[in-house]
Amino acid sequence: MSSVEPVLEKPRSGLETGGRGDQSVRLISARPSLRQKLIELWRYRQLLLGLIRREIKVKYKDSILGFLWSMLNPALTLGVYYFVFQIVLKNGIPYFAFFLMSGLLVWNLFQAAVPGGTGAIVGNAGIIKKVSFPREILPLASVGTALVFFFFQSIVLAIFLVAFNYSIDPAYIPAVLLALVTLLVFTSALAIFLSAINVYLRDVAHLIELVLLAWFWGTPIVYPYELIAAHLHRFAILYDFLNPITPIVLTFQRAFYNKISPNTPTGVLHILPPGVDMGWYIYSLLGILIVSIGLFFVALVVFGRLEGNFAEEL
Amino acid sequence: MAVAIEIKDVSKKFRLHHEKHSTLKEKALKFGRTPYDDFWALKNINLEIQEGQTFGLLGHNGSGKSTLLKCMAGILQPTSGQIKVKGRLAAMLELGAGFHSDLSGRDNIFLNASLLGLSKKEIEKRFDDIVAFSELEQFIDNQVKFYSSGMYVRLGFAVAVNMDPDVLLVDEVLAVGDENFQRKCLDRIKVFQKEGRTIVFVTHGADMVRQICDEAMVLDHGLPVVVASPGKAVREFREHLLRNMRYEEAVQLPESDNESNVEVELGQNTPEDTKQIEAEQKANFKIKIQDIEIIHDHLKERKYILSGEDFTVRVSYEAKETIEDLVIGIAIYDLEGYLVFGSNTDFLGMDVSKISKEGFFDFSFNEVPLLDGTYMITIGLHNTDGGVVYDWWEQRAQFEVMFPGRSAGLVKLPLSLTLHSKSDFGIENAKQQSSTNSHFDNSASIVEN
Repeated sequence: MSSVEPVLEKPRSGLETGGRGDQSVRLISARPSLRQKLIELWRYRQLLLGLIRREIKVKYKDSILGFLWSMLNPALTLGVYYFVFQIVLKNGIPYFAFFLMSGLLVWNLFQAAVPGGTGAIVGNAGIIKKVSFPREILPLASVGTALVFFFFQSIVLAIFLVAFNYSIDPAYIPAVLLALVTLLVFTSALAIFLSAINVYLRDVAHLIELVLLAWFWGTPIVYPYELIAAHLHRFAILYDFLNPITPIVLTFQRAFYNKISPNTPTGVLHILPPGVDMGWYIYSLLGILIVSIGLFFVALVVFGRLEGNFAEEL
Repeated sequence: MAVAIEIKDVSKKFRLHHEKHSTLKEKALKFGRTPYDDFWALKNINLEIQEGQTFGLLGHNGSGKSTLLKCMAGILQPTSGQIKVKGRLAAMLELGAGFHSDLSGRDNIFLNASLLGLSKKEIEKRFDDIVAFSELEQFIDNQVKFYSSGMYVRLGFAVAVNMDPDVLLVDEVLAVGDENFQRKCLDRIKVFQKEGRTIVFVTHGADMVRQICDEAMVLDHGLPVVVASPGKAVREFREHLLRNMRYEEAVQLPESDNESNVEVELGQNTPEDTKQIEAEQKANFKIKIQDIEIIHDHLKERKYILSGEDFTVRVSYEAKETIEDLVIGIAIYDLEGYLVFGSNTDFLGMDVSKISKEGFFDFSFNEVPLLDGTYMITIGLHNTDGGVVYDWWEQRAQFEVMFPGRSAGLVKLPLSLTLHSKSDFGIENAKQQSSTNSHFDNSASIVEN
């Protein structure tokens, strides 16, 4: 350092300091308010896009097929389920591929975002310790990345729908959008919450994979909703609300599969809840959305309490 | 002037776990029994940094200076209290933190700049400047994993300084990169100073503080010691460092007759003030400096000396006991804080251990080759490796030098001028025209071994 010392000289005090307007005041304290957090998050929205771009670029870097994998992967998964449930087990659901695909679309987003988000803080320890930015961005970026892959997979679904000339129910498209928003809010809340917990309890990352496996089979994706609901009778309503993914999946199935009680060679089969109209879907979704927004704020508060020690715990 | 950073009663507690339990099983088994110590890295810090100021945070390892900087940056949250930062803040804690090795330099610039809070438009506007500053034009589309560490740091610095920050936090990162790049970095910081931006420096290099800061804070074990002008802060820092040494000394010596002093030293972490410090100063040291005097032949007529004259620095001491391992050091600084000269009895090959109870040393400088200026003297008494400091007077004495001639600079180099006219060129006997300093010879007054 000594070799360069002479370069610097002290500026005379009282030197012009003006001309640097638009200075926002930032407050750093033990308990930042929720409002302050939301403002910070909004200010850093560009970073969210940057991180999502990074995730996607890095994921398929140096692979020959690149982005094609994001479509090939669900297509192949679909192929396996189709083979097992339609050909081997003969579940008798007509157009099973479309039924399965509409449900899997939802689930794949959820399943990509939650474990990714859970590990987001621990995985980015290097940045957390050295750079200051709203840390909630990291789990949110995992959700955002999952959303991008969701769109790729939607393209696969669209291609299949067009190729087989399969008719969807366009009236349900707004409900699908509402379902997507609900799913994103719910997933974000979960990802933010779990990412903070995982810093202190690393078991969470392992536990969540098992939980997701059970959750998947507890959601009517591979089997029809009516199969379970018929057994539950009056408790079906509980089944809807204890698993907030269910109404979301149902909405997608209603829009893209579009068959409530198709006639099969063996008779009439109830797949989606019969005797309900669009209002039922909308109200279910709205209910979950409101709860999810509440959860989102709770997650932000919990995250805020825990993030003060991130840089030390990592 | 407006306040750029306002720190109000900030404390930061770290929990030191003796054994880290971070799996569920371990937590369950040892529920509530994880052994830990609370450790206050910062305690009740109050500070205001004015806009346009270059502020230094000075302290040795573990003093809390980096923790305070991290709190200002928002990386750590204070346990209590709050910090207000006005304007855009850029923290240079580690250059290139957040670079992804699989991405190209270009992608990383965008990602890193957005991590620092820039929008895409702002980054695009600055992109060319960043690349130009980093001097990585040809490599900007290569993945950064192929970069050398120097290139990596250059890119990191380029992003940080081109952020147009109102407040820049710097944590001893400038010690990286090659000399050229360091110079460039310091140049840029100098420009920032001129533009009236606020800069906060963390360092344990006292000279750095003296050279570039307007004001500095000295921290010790998480407590503020002083906020003062750089010269005073550095003095406090050096002398405070010494007090901690004394504490260790006191602990090392169980035969120490005054145990209450040890108590006082231990109580240092409570925010009590100067009285304690004075008490510490009275702690029984083996040897103490009593006085520093400047002596020269013309003391009666004038205080200053002329270039080329002799002077003596007389250091009086008082020793309580015989010291086995003693070195007396002297350092002369100019007012800017540059070390002009430094030496000690060890370098000079003189054994001063086993000196008697009271007395004085004379450091005699003959024919001082300094030009105009005021010079500060630091005297230190310590052991050979410097690990134990007995007493230290940081720049408490000073002397002035007058140079009647017109040459400029710091040192009067022995200069003679000869002229060779064209016809004489290559001929052995050049004609001596003038000599600035015929009476002045090459030998230094104190010759190092």
